[in-house]
Amino acid sequence: MEDSIFQLSYALDTFYFLICGALVMWMAAGFAMLEAGLVRSKNTVAILTKNVALYSIACIMYLICGYSIMYGGGDFIMFLDGITADGVSGSEEPATYAPSSDFFFQVVFVATAMSIVSGAVAERIKIWAFLIFAVFMTGFIYPMEGAWTWGGEAVLGLYTLGDLGFSDFAGSGIVHMAGAAAALAGALILGARKGKYGPDGKINALPGANLPLATLGTFILWLGWFGFNGGSVLATASVESANAVAVVFMNTNSAAAGGLIAALITARLIFGKADLSMALNGALAGLVAITAEPSTPSALQAPIFGALGGVLVVFSIVLLDKARIDDPVGAISVHGTVGLLGLLLVPITNGESASFSGQIIGALTIFFWVFITSGIVWYALKVLIGIRVTEEDEYRGIDVAECGLEAYPEFTSGTK
Amino acid sequence: MRLVTAIIKPFRLDDVRDALARIGIQGMTVTEVKGFGRQKGHTELYRGAEYVVDFLPKVKLEVAISAELVDQALEAISDAAKTGKIGDGKIFVYNLEQVIRIRTGETGEDAI
Repeated sequence: MEDSIFQLSYALDTFYFLICGALVMWMAAGFAMLEAGLVRSKNTVAILTKNVALYSIACIMYLICGYSIMYGGGDFIMFLDGITADGVSGSEEPATYAPSSDFFFQVVFVATAMSIVSGAVAERIKIWAFLIFAVFMTGFIYPMEGAWTWGGEAVLGLYTLGDLGFSDFAGSGIVHMAGAAAALAGALILGARKGKYGPDGKINALPGANLPLATLGTFILWLGWFGFNGGSVLATASVESANAVAVVFMNTNSAAAGGLIAALITARLIFGKADLSMALNGALAGLVAITAEPSTPSALQAPIFGALGGVLVVFSIVLLDKARIDDPVGAISVHGTVGLLGLLLVPITNGESASFSGQIIGALTIFFWVFITSGIVWYALKVLIGIRVTEEDEYRGIDVAECGLEAYPEFTSGTK
Repeated sequence: MRLVTAIIKPFRLDDVRDALARIGIQGMTVTEVKGFGRQKGHTELYRGAEYVVDFLPKVKLEVAISAELVDQALEAISDAAKTGKIGDGKIFVYNLEQVIRIRTGETGEDAI
């Protein structure tokens, strides 16, 4: 009897992990649609190509070496060798869920972190330079900081974040702020889009071509996030974990709602109009804000935390523009600025696992590691192959220049 | 024969089409265009950055009409397209040298 219950709970936990992983995979579609909607039509194919390719690169690189770097515990195993169907070879405890489901759940998080970068460098990056960067980010940069956090390893052998009071439940810092750090490094080295900033501090609008897609993308991300936060409970086959999962789903949802409303109202107050693109960013900001600790906030605290993210993201977007850091979709603000906020909110409701000092040390560790290593890779790519398209290609549209395709072709004629 | 080109506000299109049908004119070509005359554009805000929209959406109607019907057509279009507010548009009348119906090969007035 006991064995059948174990079998059942193993199966249920595995199933849960897989479904949550599938939901997070669906976030890749969300990012693709959101970004496609916020860039101009002449650059749409390029960003879609980047999104589908980076997801695939993440899956392969993480399989080749990333997973092992992050969770291998110092043994470097390539191609998931040794992570057999029955459990990691040589491990002391029997697994309570299928090991492959753990890989599946983890790999989609890597893709999420990498996907954040694509929005910030949109409309002027060379696709192949971006994809080469993706290889480094997903195969090495992210797995290293993942090892120091979820992997429990010491940071370059110096200190262990968990011991210092660092806690990041589903990845506000580990995934989102890390992605934003890589994005920021890229955006700084790449430079702003032509025509975005004028003399005397003038900021020009380059409106997105398809707000329905952007909205759809946001809702898709919202849905996928239930897997992102929900799956991070890591189990569901007990009353305790099922209760935790339910609270996480509930808080994730209300944080998004709080973020959206707060951003919408903030945009209305500052700009005088209800800016949909800000509202969408606000919903995502709410989600990022709750991601570091979605299980301990009360039902009221969750939307309030989300709302803090929603207000912060609007100001962050405006300030980045004033600093002439061009981020076409607001990725650095949504995931970076609010990712940091998410980390700092944890001690408010979970003082046991996290302290403010621990969160700050963790945030600085993640940020500097990712920012500096990313900066090195971006700079090396810039010197070796160039990372920015030519000015003429930028004006023509990188779809035609880099992909040879139009997203919305109207006056084409086939050749026989 | 004349080619009458009218630039009008988009929401007046249905009324103009009906008015022309009432005087016996059935064929026309319609294009979506942007333009401005003395009507000023407006400013919009996108993520905190202001931008000016000078070019306003309009609709361009082109109709080939026999010379006798032109004055009636001009009156029909004007009355149907007019709102009295700035930006109502303009009508241009060109001389039309030749018209051919592709399906039958008819030319001239028979082709209109």
